[in-house]
Amino acid sequence: MLNRTAENVARATPEPLARKVRGISDKGLAWLFISPTILLLLAINIFPLFWAIYLSFTNFRANRPNEVVKNLGFANYQRILADQDIWIAMQTTAHFVFWTILLQTLIGFTLAWLIDRKFRGHAFWTTIILVPMMLSPAVVGNFWRFLYEPQIGLFAYAISFITRIPPTDIQMLSNVSLAPWSIIIVDTWMWTPYVMLICLAGLRSIPEYIYEAAEVDRASNWRQFWSITLPMALPFIMLAVLFRGIENFKMFDMVNLLTGGGPGSTTEVASITLKRQAFESWRTGYSSAFAIILFVAVFGLANIYVKALNKVKQR
Amino acid sequence: MSLNQPIKRKSRWPRWARRGLMENVATALIAIGFLMLFQPFALALYTYSFITMLAGTVMFIIVSKFPE
Repeated sequence: MLNRTAENVARATPEPLARKVRGISDKGLAWLFISPTILLLLAINIFPLFWAIYLSFTNFRANRPNEVVKNLGFANYQRILADQDIWIAMQTTAHFVFWTILLQTLIGFTLAWLIDRKFRGHAFWTTIILVPMMLSPAVVGNFWRFLYEPQIGLFAYAISFITRIPPTDIQMLSNVSLAPWSIIIVDTWMWTPYVMLICLAGLRSIPEYIYEAAEVDRASNWRQFWSITLPMALPFIMLAVLFRGIENFKMFDMVNLLTGGGPGSTTEVASITLKRQAFESWRTGYSSAFAIILFVAVFGLANIYVKALNKVKQR
Repeated sequence: MSLNQPIKRKSRWPRWARRGLMENVATALIAIGFLMLFQPFALALYTYSFITMLAGTVMFIIVSKFPE
């Protein structure tokens, strides 16, 4: 009886695929399957990176492809790192990144914490909150341009209703001190749901028995939050900050649509300067060097972050 | 006492060049370079930010392969 069962199992077990495809080992077959992906990755990610590194040492201009390309050594890097305008663009970028991440993390985590309470209709509100994230940045940019209009915009009217300042005086996009904040508001509005979603995943992963044990020990809600909720959701919050940090360093679409870097250069972030150098001044070599500097900054930051994340996870 | 306990071999790798310490040094370099790149106080610090950050990043990639 036992022998017959073993025979049936052996008969039902499929023979290795490699044996069917003659002459190819299991390892060879695995390589065959992943090679298209690797080739695609090399073609669209790795090759452009190395090509940009090569161009960053030259005076290549994309609008003059037939011109002789001269090797400039580190001259492009030296020029960028001594340029006051680019230094200011870096500070503007840091300002955006700091405030957007701070606001998105605070609001996103608070929303996640509230949604996690499982009140009546929480699924409906989760869907409503997620809507901005699903829209295209081009749509969001144009939509907020109308909202910020001092004559017809709803935003100006809402602020005027609260502060009693006439709506025509609330010029969000053309006022030097308000323009950076107008972009921070839109980015926060659009991407807070993303942070909320990651934080919600973190909060849902906390086992219920830990709270039950804390209840038995008569820990207050405040104590439970600081000793259980926050430490256990921290890796997820850090992951959200990492993703948003990397994205916001490259923030281009929203700034380009809302202010185009203006008024003056108050909202000119690094990516806008990069685009101007690359596609308006056609200094391809110079802009490649600038892109490499930004890449190293983001890559370095990601390294630190992954190390910190591993440390938090090991606790 | 069990006779099958694994014998711990003393690593010949110098103590100062262990991964933990060197990774911390590399991380500190990256963080300093990053702050130098985005600070609004001195242009000279901005000028040397990239080389500091690059040194830190390259060092991090290398030392993360070192033994613990």
